[in-house]
Amino acid sequence: MKKMNLEMIVGLFLLTGFASFSFIAIKMGDIRLFTEESYPVSARFVSISGLREGAVVEVAGVKVGKVSGIELDGGKYEAVVRMDISKAVHLSDDSIASIRTAGIIGDRFIKLTPGGSEDYLGPGDEIHETESAISLEELVSKYIFEKK
Amino acid sequence: MRGVIEKLGEEFLYLLESSGRMGIFFATTLVNILKPPYTPYPVIRQIYFIGARSVIVILVTGLFTGMVLGLQGYHNLKKFGSEELLGSAVALSLIQELGPVLTALMVIGRAGSAICAEIGIMRHSEQIDALECMAIDPYKFLIAPKFIAALISLPALTFIFNILGIAGGYIAGVVFLGVAKGAYFQGMYDSVEWTDIRLCAIKSMIFGILIVWIAAFKGYSLHLNRGGVFGAEGVSRITTDAVVLASVTILVWDYLIGSLVLS
Repeated sequence: MKKMNLEMIVGLFLLTGFASFSFIAIKMGDIRLFTEESYPVSARFVSISGLREGAVVEVAGVKVGKVSGIELDGGKYEAVVRMDISKAVHLSDDSIASIRTAGIIGDRFIKLTPGGSEDYLGPGDEIHETESAISLEELVSKYIFEKK
Repeated sequence: MRGVIEKLGEEFLYLLESSGRMGIFFATTLVNILKPPYTPYPVIRQIYFIGARSVIVILVTGLFTGMVLGLQGYHNLKKFGSEELLGSAVALSLIQELGPVLTALMVIGRAGSAICAEIGIMRHSEQIDALECMAIDPYKFLIAPKFIAALISLPALTFIFNILGIAGGYIAGVVFLGVAKGAYFQGMYDSVEWTDIRLCAIKSMIFGILIVWIAAFKGYSLHLNRGGVFGAEGVSRITTDAVVLASVTILVWDYLIGSLVLS
């Protein structure tokens, strides 16, 4: 076999470096080479405090999509959350979207509860039934100050 | 009394002058990088020297850094009963801070000192003057390839370091201490964002430029150093200077880049 020359060593080094970068970028950076087939859905919440872009959307505990954008509807002071849902999942148009907390450090995610309707949500549709983020502090203060 | 003030003024003027020289050195090198002809072979040689020959050091330091992170992280997280966060703790601290910084420090020790001594001795033995006599621009011939090579090598080394660190954290955390494997990796995938990876890449590129800039500048201006010490003693002094200055600069810039990007 030919002895390793300088170019080969450099090539090997650069390929290793690039492979390491791609591994980290694809595995952890959520860079998708092949975009998953998904459709956008939106929902309005009174409060989403703690929800971030990229948060998980779940149905029955299984990840079916993620939050792609959060905006404030200036007129109504409501939060508009846009989600990308996997094409394989069909949601009835009376599904309920609620914001829940997971784990002790309180990662927020959106839980979707399918309803019983025969009609399905299409791309760009809005989920009308929503439950806002539950704040433990608000609940506690409500309990303390309203119990007179 | 007057002597003290004169000394202070001298120090300040020297500082001013050498920062100016460093700036001019950097600008001249940039111009020479952009100026044709483009010769890839010197760059490949420098990538071999700065990058490929540093891989072994990076592998070992990366592995053990990761293992230390795994060990320390485990014992601290255990107090809160959240060992499942180990993966994200290891990955985030490696990718955001330790990867770029430790790689840069290793490269300073291995290649930075060598670059400084090499150019310093060339300056001392008048090889740089000889190049100029032959109408070969020493910036184009000696320094530009090192800049480009560092810009390419440092990110590659940093990501190799990150991978080894994650593997080290896995060995210490999952294999030795018994954290769940799925939790380790899933926590990592969930918590690391694209911005962290970009930050890591940007940092390592800037560090690469800084290392070569400082090392090459110190060597190149051997004849201008304070006290006019030349020869073997002069080279040893500038090499020490270059390593110390580069290490401190890396840590300062690490903070600056971090605060710029995270703000």
